[in-house]
Amino acid sequence: MTSIFPLLRGTITTLELTILLLAIGLAIGIFLALGQVYGPLPVVAVINIYERFFRSIPALVLLFLFFFGSSYFGLSLSPFLSAVLALGFRSSAYQSQIFRGAIQSIDEGQMMAARALGMKGFQAIKCIILPQAIRLAIPPWSNEYSSVLKDTSLAYAVGVVELVREGRYIIVRTFEPMLVYITIALVYFVLTYAGNKLLAFLEKKLAVPGYELKLKEAKSTKYER
Amino acid sequence: MSLLSLIKEISPQLLEGTLVTLQLTGFAISLGFVIGMFLALGRLYGRGPVRKFCIGYIEFFRGTPLLVQLFIVYYGLPRYGIKVPSIVAALLGLGLNSAAYQAEYFRGAIQSIDEGQMMAARALGMKKLQAILNILIPQALRIVIPSWSNELIYTLKYSSVAYIIGAPELMAQAKFIAAENFRYFEVFLVVAFIYLVIVSLLSWILRIIENRVRIPGLQTS
Repeated sequence: MTSIFPLLRGTITTLELTILLLAIGLAIGIFLALGQVYGPLPVVAVINIYERFFRSIPALVLLFLFFFGSSYFGLSLSPFLSAVLALGFRSSAYQSQIFRGAIQSIDEGQMMAARALGMKGFQAIKCIILPQAIRLAIPPWSNEYSSVLKDTSLAYAVGVVELVREGRYIIVRTFEPMLVYITIALVYFVLTYAGNKLLAFLEKKLAVPGYELKLKEAKSTKYER
Repeated sequence: MSLLSLIKEISPQLLEGTLVTLQLTGFAISLGFVIGMFLALGRLYGRGPVRKFCIGYIEFFRGTPLLVQLFIVYYGLPRYGIKVPSIVAALLGLGLNSAAYQAEYFRGAIQSIDEGQMMAARALGMKKLQAILNILIPQALRIVIPSWSNELIYTLKYSSVAYIIGAPELMAQAKFIAAENFRYFEVFLVVAFIYLVIVSLLSWILRIIENRVRIPGLQTS
């Protein structure tokens, strides 16, 4: 029974990490996607390199790069902060792909019509393109939620005291690895399930009846994991 | 010591680790392929309990982190008399994990094949199993190549997690070297570069294969 409290504390840290990572990834990811779709060639090239870097290198290696890199450059970030930055930037690279796909799925006529009505390019993006694109992005974004949630467990490796690490402490005390890890697995499972349900609800709630949009290439599987 | 001489000094050990990483990935993806195919078929065509089991398996492995799965295999199972070395535990964990994802890709591919194909095969006198083996799967395997390529690259990247349970792959070698010379950042920079090169090479090769085996005019979506 005394193990419930640490597990709860770990779950809260895991959720904090997840929310922070998704928020950072969302904020940067949308800008990257806009840059890729509307930016000039050099901007597109730089964003492509950024994406390639963060998508090709394993999350664990990124965690170590940020953790040890910060002390190398004399910053000495805490394990928590370096995990937030490393995995947050990583998520932004994945999210930018999601949003790029969504933005490109919006009919070009929408932009033209908005411009014809006298809107500035920026206004058109903010008021016409993004509201539609974000609705479209919810299903693949829900995949990103699951993988970010699961990847927070890797922060264990740089010493963040999240769910798996709290579990480790309990095992040292109780010698019940199977019981503890199965419980932790169930916690992750419930969080994944609940989050996906919530996002599906959001998708339904935000849908405009009679105006169903579709992602252009139906490659939602591309965003799995 | 400059970065270049450091690279020269540590490269044999890192190369050794890279080879283990590649082998681990290869075996895990193959194990995942076999189990994943059975899971996909079970989920699509299985009856009652078989179908339920396949769905349960897929949902469990996709809904929980790989790290926890590895810990269950490596630290949890010995209690029940199943004790395996870390590299085998890593292989099992990665393979079982990848199976769940591959199953979903296979299922998607099989489902995207026109129902008429199955009907035609049955009308020609094939048994259902024959039709699945000879008609559906050969087509599904072509369709699945792009998403399967993604899965291969994911498995390669996630094989790095195996270091946490002590499998002697690339990450573990890097940590080992860094613990000796205290140049953590530089060593992991080199490791990052190695992954970058392998992933880029691999996706390039996979794209070539994808184009090679494409049958013009038969792009089922």
